[in-house]
Formats: sequence, structure tokens, C-alpha cells
Amino acid sequence: MPLSPDRLPDAYRQMLIIRKFEEAIRDLYQKGKIRGSFHPCVGQEATAVGGCWALRTEDYLTCTYRGHGHAIAKGLSVRAAMAEMLGKSTGCSKGKGGSMHFTDPSVGLLGANAIVAAGVPHAVGAALAAQLQKQDRVGLTFFGEGAVNQGVFFETLNLAVIWKLPVIFVCENNRYSEMTPSHETTSTVETYKRGGSFGMPAQVVDGNDVESMYSAVEEAAQRARSGAGPTYIEATTYRLWGHMMGDPEIYRTKEEVAQAREVEPIVRLGQRLNQLGSSAADLAALEAEAQAIIDDAVQFAENSPAPQPGEAFTDVFA
Amino acid sequence: MPMLTYAQALNEALREEMQADGRVFLMGEDIGLHGGVFRVTKDLINEFGPERVRDTPISEAGFVGLGIGSALAGMRPVVELLFMDFALVAADQIVNQAAKLRYMSGGTLSVPIVIRAQQGGGRGNGAQHSQSFESWFAQVPGLITIAPSTPADAKGLLKSAIRAGNPVMFIEHKLLYNTKGEVPVGEHVVPIGKADVKRIGRDITIVSYSRTLLFALEAAEQLSQKGIEAEVLDLRTIEPLDMDTILESIRGTARLLIVHEAHTNCGLGAEIIARVVEQAPDALVTPARRLGAKHVPIPVAESLEDAVLPQVSDIVQIVEEMM
Repeated sequence: MPLSPDRLPDAYRQMLIIRKFEEAIRDLYQKGKIRGSFHPCVGQEATAVGGCWALRTEDYLTCTYRGHGHAIAKGLSVRAAMAEMLGKSTGCSKGKGGSMHFTDPSVGLLGANAIVAAGVPHAVGAALAAQLQKQDRVGLTFFGEGAVNQGVFFETLNLAVIWKLPVIFVCENNRYSEMTPSHETTSTVETYKRGGSFGMPAQVVDGNDVESMYSAVEEAAQRARSGAGPTYIEATTYRLWGHMMGDPEIYRTKEEVAQAREVEPIVRLGQRLNQLGSSAADLAALEAEAQAIIDDAVQFAENSPAPQPGEAFTDVFA
Repeated sequence: MPMLTYAQALNEALREEMQADGRVFLMGEDIGLHGGVFRVTKDLINEFGPERVRDTPISEAGFVGLGIGSALAGMRPVVELLFMDFALVAADQIVNQAAKLRYMSGGTLSVPIVIRAQQGGGRGNGAQHSQSFESWFAQVPGLITIAPSTPADAKGLLKSAIRAGNPVMFIEHKLLYNTKGEVPVGEHVVPIGKADVKRIGRDITIVSYSRTLLFALEAAEQLSQKGIEAEVLDLRTIEPLDMDTILESIRGTARLLIVHEAHTNCGLGAEIIARVVEQAPDALVTPARRLGAKHVPIPVAESLEDAVLPQVSDIVQIVEEMM
């Protein structure tokens, strides 16, 4: 079932929330208020929103260190996410996880992961739990095309297929594995061919089109719930910012990035909404709503206390 | 009390926990119809079916990873690695994932997984099938590490491990599986983190665990005939380490020897001696000693393997030197 046109304005606002979340982090990072790494997902908002909106809240998700969008689209509180970025006690992990480990099991988010491909088996294991518990939950795992050369990626595809697990593999192919063009390091950079070779349906979708993304995942989720097993979706997209803060981006031209900006997902959905009758003022109003949510989250995070030092010694064991 | 082998005791623990808790299920290579290479899962597939006793591909990182994911979603997986050496191909999942997900999530996730494997040498299995990794695991915050030496402790500690609600590395020994001992019927739980005084003595404390614990007891018997009375402690749990029992013992004996099959270099013996120096600097009348494998890979030929791994005669000799 496609994403209802009624929900497109909400999707537009959701994608803007994610975009502005990253922009706010960049500003805070440059002010020295954020420690550690930050891997922005700017340009990849449609895969997150289309993919996560096609799931139910109780469905399981694992994602990557470029996963702020995935987490927010799945339902992680923007306030808790921002506070986690600032290392505050009100953060989703009380300041212990940071940018690369957003987690909220209450919305099915079993964690972003800082090791490439390592979260893939966790979504599949959660799907195994759902199968054993005879629940109709599904798992979805986001990973990049940079993950497809990791051994555990192949191992997990095999296990998902032989056990017919209710899981959806979503590869966000943004063309660069960290700072290297993926076609230089990958024998078959059309990763859906790798997925398909394991004996599951595999397809390419336009990952910059939130409606295509939603439809593909929705169909795969139905398939998974019906007991028909896993699906592999390769979503083509483009990372508009560097791999991380401080990436000099010498691996691509400014012209290439400028071209990509013309077809990035928020521009695309704006055009679509225009066609459906939204005015420029309507879109500006949605953008203002998104900005207000981010401003509130930044204020909340900045006003939140740092964790007490003693908190470092809790949560090691259950 | 019935006499069971170590393998039968583990099998009994798995069966009882699976009967009691529908969340418990097993994964591993050849554990179903074949019953496991060391027969620990023998016949369990007949009682619980292939859904809960799952034969996996030879794919340790993958199925340990799936175990972790299922634990995050409320299951209680017990994952068997055929040899502990293979933990290294799943090391990211064990060390970076299982041990850290709870902490990194601020306590919102739990990873109640037990990873079982046999380790150690003495059987000519060579350098990639004979290693002992407990001190590596003990170095990782977030992992509980257990290494029972007797059938009764194997049963009682495996039951505790499954109920622990945390990631547990459960270390068995390939040459303990056929050893026999009395094992209580039914509910028998041994607490994690508690050492056991196996033999009382006044002259020296020998701390060991897993297979070398049996060596320590044999050495103590020989020493007794020479008039030296050794107290023998079985750690049973490697991490958290029961220092209280060690300190209490050495306050009586004033001498300490640690024996393990893992390499001496940076092994558990070093850690225990360091803690004794910190926590009871005046307790010993002679410097503590440690005995482990010599710093070479484990060879195959019996004469070579015996030269590398600790032997009963080595324990006797060191204790006599310390008197």
C-alpha cells in the first residue's frame, strides 16, 4: 500500500526535523559543545522516513552510526536525541552512548551501531525472537553499501534466508564508503545482486523518493508478516555532507554535490507537494514547525544537567 | 545423589531450564540431531524440537549476532561455540556488542545471552583448538566469565548463567566432559562469583579452576604424603573474581600459588597476585607464584604439549620450592 498523500505534509515536516537536527548539531559541534564523532545523514532523510513509517512502532530496527534520521523517524524523542548529543543525563542513553548509539526499545529501536554491519544480525535476531514468540513483529536493518564487504553481513543474509525470518534488509547506497568511492572497493556495487544471490527477493528503489521507499518497505513488511521471509532493498541516495565533521571531501567534485542537491529528497517532496496543491506558504509553515521542534530540543538539551560522575558505574549489568 | 558426567550435568541443566522457561533456546553447530560434538545437547532436539534446538551454519559471528538480537527482543539464547578458539571470529559480537549494548543504551537494553564453549589442551588438538581465553574475557567490562571444574558446579552454574540476565561466557573444558561426580537432582543453583574451598590446608593456598583444579587436588594429595598441607580453592567464576575467599585463605596459609592452563603471560594469576599485593601486602611470607602455559602456541605431539601445559608434577615442584 502506498503512503497516503494526506500524510505527505507530515513526511515533509519529519524530513525537515531530521535535516534541521543535523544542522543544529553541526552548529553545536563547531561551538565545541559536542564530543566525539558526528556522521550526518543530510540527503538521506527519505530512506529513514519512508522506511520507518512503513513499520509499526513495535517492529524492530537497528541502524548505523549515520542513524539520527532512522532513530527519529522510528519515534525516538528529538529532545532525548539532542540531549544525548550534548552528553546530558536526559539523553536517550543518559550520555553513555552518544551520536553513534541512539537507542529506544520502547519504539523498537534496538540501537545504532558504531561497527559497520555489526547491527545487521541484531535486527535479524530480533526477527528470530518474533518468529519463536509467534508474534507478527518484523525487523528492519539499515546499513550502507560500505557494509556489504563485511563477513557478518553475508553470514546474516544466509541465516535470514535459511530460517525464513521476518526481516527487511535496507541498504542505503550513498556511493561512498567513508571517504572512498564504493565502486573502487566493491566487486558488485549493485548490492541488491548480492542480496538476491542468497535467494530472497531483492530490488533497487529510488531512496530519495519517500513514497517509493515507503511502498517498497511496506510490501516487504507484509511479506515478512505473512511468513514468506526476508527481502533485500537497495535504496539509492546521496550523502550531501562529508562522512563526518572535518571530512575535506577530496573524493568528489563540488559540481557533483551541486547536482545532487537538485534531486535531494526534501526538494523532491516539496515539488511533489506543490503539484498536489500545497503553496509555498504551506511548506514554509511546515518548515517553521520543524524548526520550532529543533529549537525546543536544543534548549531542552542545553538546560539539562550533565550526568553525575557516579552514573558512569551503573548500567553495566542488568 | 546420582553420578553424572560433566557433559550429562550440563545437558540436565539445559533440559531443566528449557522446561522451566520458554524463552530459553539453543543455537550452535551440530547440536540438534548429532547432539553436539561433546554430547552436551544430546536428545534435547527430541524433547524441544528444531525450533528451540537450532543447528546453525558454520558462521559464528552470524549466529552469535542473531543470539544477541534475540536476547534484545526478550529471548534467553544459549549459544554453543564448537571450540572456544572460534570465539575470535565472533569477537566483535561478543566484545563490542554483547558486552556493551546495555551500557551504551543507558540501561534500556538487556543482553541475556549465554555463550558456551569448551577450551583447553591435553588432547593434541593443536594451536587453533586448544587455547584458553578466560583472562581476555575477564578484561572486558560487561561480561561474566564462568569456568566450572566439577559436574555439580557445571549444572548449578549453567542454570545461574541462563538466569543471570546478562552476557555470560561459560567456559567448559574438553577433557572434563567425561569426568564424573555426584550431581543433585532438579533445582540446583550455584551462585555466580563465589569460589569453593575444595580442600583445607595450613601450608599454602593453591587457586585454580577448570581442568587444572583437578591437577591441583592431585598435587595436594601427593604433597600431603610429604607433610605439606595445601588448601585448594576452585574459583568457579573468573569474573567477578571472589577475592574475599582468596584473601581469607592466604591469611591462614601465608603462601599462594595460582594454577591455570591459559598462558602465564598476562593471565589471571598475574591479576590475582597484583590484587593480593594491593589488598593484603603483608599476608604472604614468601612471594606468590603462578603456573600457566608457557609462552608458545599449543603443540600437537604429546611430549611437546606436556612440556607447554602445566602438569601435576610442576605444581608439586613449585610448592616444594615455596616451602
